[in-house]
Formats: sequence, structure tokens, C-alpha cells
Amino acid sequence: MPKKVDARGLSCPQPVIVTKKALETSKEDLEVLVDNTTARDNIVRFAKNLGCKTEVVEQGQDFIIKVMR
Amino acid sequence: MDQKKVVIAAGSIVGALSVALMFLGNPPNMGICVACFIRDIAGALGLHRAEIVQYMRPEIPGFILGAFIISLISGEFYARGGSSPLTRFILGFFVMIGSLVFLGCPLRMVLRLAAGDWNAIIGILGFIVGIWVGLYFLRNGFSLGRSYKMDRGNGYIMPGIAIVFLIFGIISPAFIFHSVEGPGSMNAPFIAALLAGLIVGALAQRSRLCMAGSIRDIFLIGDFHLFKGFASIFIVALVLNIVLGKFNPGFVGQPVAHNDFIWNFLGMFLTGYGAVLLGGCPLRQCILSGEGDTDAAVTFMGMLVGAAFSHNFAIAASPKGVGPNGKIAVIVGIIVLTVIAYLNISKSVKQNEEVNVNA
Repeated sequence: MPKKVDARGLSCPQPVIVTKKALETSKEDLEVLVDNTTARDNIVRFAKNLGCKTEVVEQGQDFIIKVMR
Repeated sequence: MDQKKVVIAAGSIVGALSVALMFLGNPPNMGICVACFIRDIAGALGLHRAEIVQYMRPEIPGFILGAFIISLISGEFYARGGSSPLTRFILGFFVMIGSLVFLGCPLRMVLRLAAGDWNAIIGILGFIVGIWVGLYFLRNGFSLGRSYKMDRGNGYIMPGIAIVFLIFGIISPAFIFHSVEGPGSMNAPFIAALLAGLIVGALAQRSRLCMAGSIRDIFLIGDFHLFKGFASIFIVALVLNIVLGKFNPGFVGQPVAHNDFIWNFLGMFLTGYGAVLLGGCPLRQCILSGEGDTDAAVTFMGMLVGAAFSHNFAIAASPKGVGPNGKIAVIVGIIVLTVIAYLNISKSVKQNEEVNVNA
């Protein structure tokens, strides 16, 4: 089971900070839930810069970003 | 177009439009200044009575409406709010005070540097240190809490206010002030300024251009993405200033600027510190307020009120320098921001991190 993080409604750069902390504290894959495209793009860019693969799934108005290590 | 090209294109066009607006009549090195223009609007509304800085600048409603229209088209518009609105009001208030002690928002800081105003270097140093201090709190759990989706009508209020500002600017009723001398009397033609504002608003919305974010992301995650926008504004404005003969290097005699190093540094320190706690610079707050973020709209109101207080209480600097009230206000601002930052270090966000996202 991937670790799951809810970053909905958080101002910049907190979605990236919670993603970063989650990646640092666990070796598992990660699923980050966000509610806006800015946070989505920032997390995808951050994960790619770390060399992780990402996949974005739309869920209603929200996005789930799957970060695979 | 990929994100990198978007942010570079947006920065380049913002840089070019800034110089163009100055050429068309905006004050020197002030083609665009979010803080100065909000201050001019506060003056136009009579919220302060500093006679040289009163004008209903169409660029600001342009930013808000440009972001509003493009976010409606792209489907990114949605109304939200509830993330510590009163705290954001106070942060917006002090971000404005810092900017008016330095004499410019972070965007104008870059434009001043691109015109050879070396005082902006001191400002940038203060801005960077302010961001670094704000980031210290963010790394340690600072959060203003989550915002939540709201009924769509909430998101229309700020664009509605922007339209009211434009109507005031167009029909210019007797109760709307317009300076006859000083920076407030210098303006590009209304339509040109509005068009430039709409374009900047739309581009900034698409690219997420943010002066505070560009420095913040370098410190936080070593990401230069937003900084490319920052750098593009500088390079394009610099080249155009040189070509058009508007590049005058030096510390002394720079237009709408003072060369008091300590207060240039501390003014921008306060602005950078506040902007990073808010999650974006004054331009970014305007953009967010246009795409439905009512917390950013409250921040805008904080900036508007901060601008009014700055001139009513003789806080704002002038080319002669910074008065005692300005110095006291900056110190008070740094203390207030630190108290806010400390009090909002929350474990709640962390505790809520783990949820079932498939629920």
C-alpha cells in the first residue's frame, strides 16, 4: 500500500513540503491528493527532479499524484 | 508548450510590457509596481490623502481580470477560502508596508535593478533573507491551515471589485482622486495600461509567476523553475532599458527611490518574509484573487489598507529617505510576522496528512 498524503487546500509551498517530508520518512510509493493544478504541477516537477516516476489521476475536482520510486 | 517555456515567455513579456508602460507614461522604473499601484488606488479612493500618489491604475484590475478570464477558460477557476483570512489580512498589510519603505514591490525591485538602480541589490538581499527566515518556519510546520471549496459566487467578488475600479477609472467621478503632480500624475494611456494588465494577469496565471516563489523554491528544493521567470523579466527589461537609453547605473538620484541601505534591506526583508508566509508575492496574490481564492482577495484588502495607513501615518518612504514612523512600522512588522509565524506552527496539518485518498 502506498503512503497517502492529503495536501488539499494548502498554500504554496506546503504541498511540496509535505510531499518532501513523506518521501524522506518512508521508502514506499506515495499518493498525494491535491485540489489545484499549481500544486499538482509543483509536486510532479519536484518528484521528477528527484528521479521518481509520477502518474496523475483526476478524481472529481481533485488530483491524485502517484509517486513511484 | 512545456512549463519551462511558458514561464520564460511570461517573464519576457512582463519585462517588455513593464518597459513599454514606462515609455507610455508610467513613472520612471515603475512600468509595473503592484505595491505602488495598489497604493495609488488607495489614494484614488481617498483612503489616504497623499496628493502625489492618487490614481485609479487600470493595471491592477487588469491583473485580476486577466487571471479571472484565463482561469475560467482553462477551467482552473474555483472559489475557495477559509485559510486564516484575518491573519492573511495582517500579513498583506505588512507586506505593503515593507514594499512602501523600500519603494516598490518585488517586481519593481527587479525592474529597478534592470534600470541600473543599485539600491535594488540591497533590496534583493533583504528579500532573500526574509524568504529564508519565512522558510525556516515553513520547514518547521508553519501553516495558515487549509482552504476549502466555496460556492462559486464567492470567487466572483474580487473580479467584481476589479470591474468597479475600472468603472471608477473610466467615468472618474468627483470622489475619485487623480494626482496633478508626482508619480500619481504619470500614467500610460488607460486602455494601454488595462490591456497590459490583462495580458500580465493572464500570463502570470498560466505560468504561476511569483517573485517570492522563485527564490523560495531554490532554497527549499533547489528548483530554478520559477526563477527563470524572474530572470527573464530582468534580462528583457535590462536589454530594453539599455537600447532605449533608460539604463542609468548608480545608487544616487534614482527615480522614486532612496539610498538608505538599512531600510531598503529591512523593507524588502519584511516583504519577502510576509510573502513567503502568505505563499506568494503581491502580484501572485492579485492573480490568485482573480482565480477564485478569497483568502488572496482578503490579502489584497490587507495590502490596500496597509497602503492607506502607510501614507496616513507617514510610514511610506520618499526619495528623501525613510522617516521615523516608517522605521518603527518595519520593526513592528517584523515582530508581528514572527509572532504570527511562531503561533501558526501547527501539528494539525501533519496529523491530517495520512488519509485514505480513495475515499
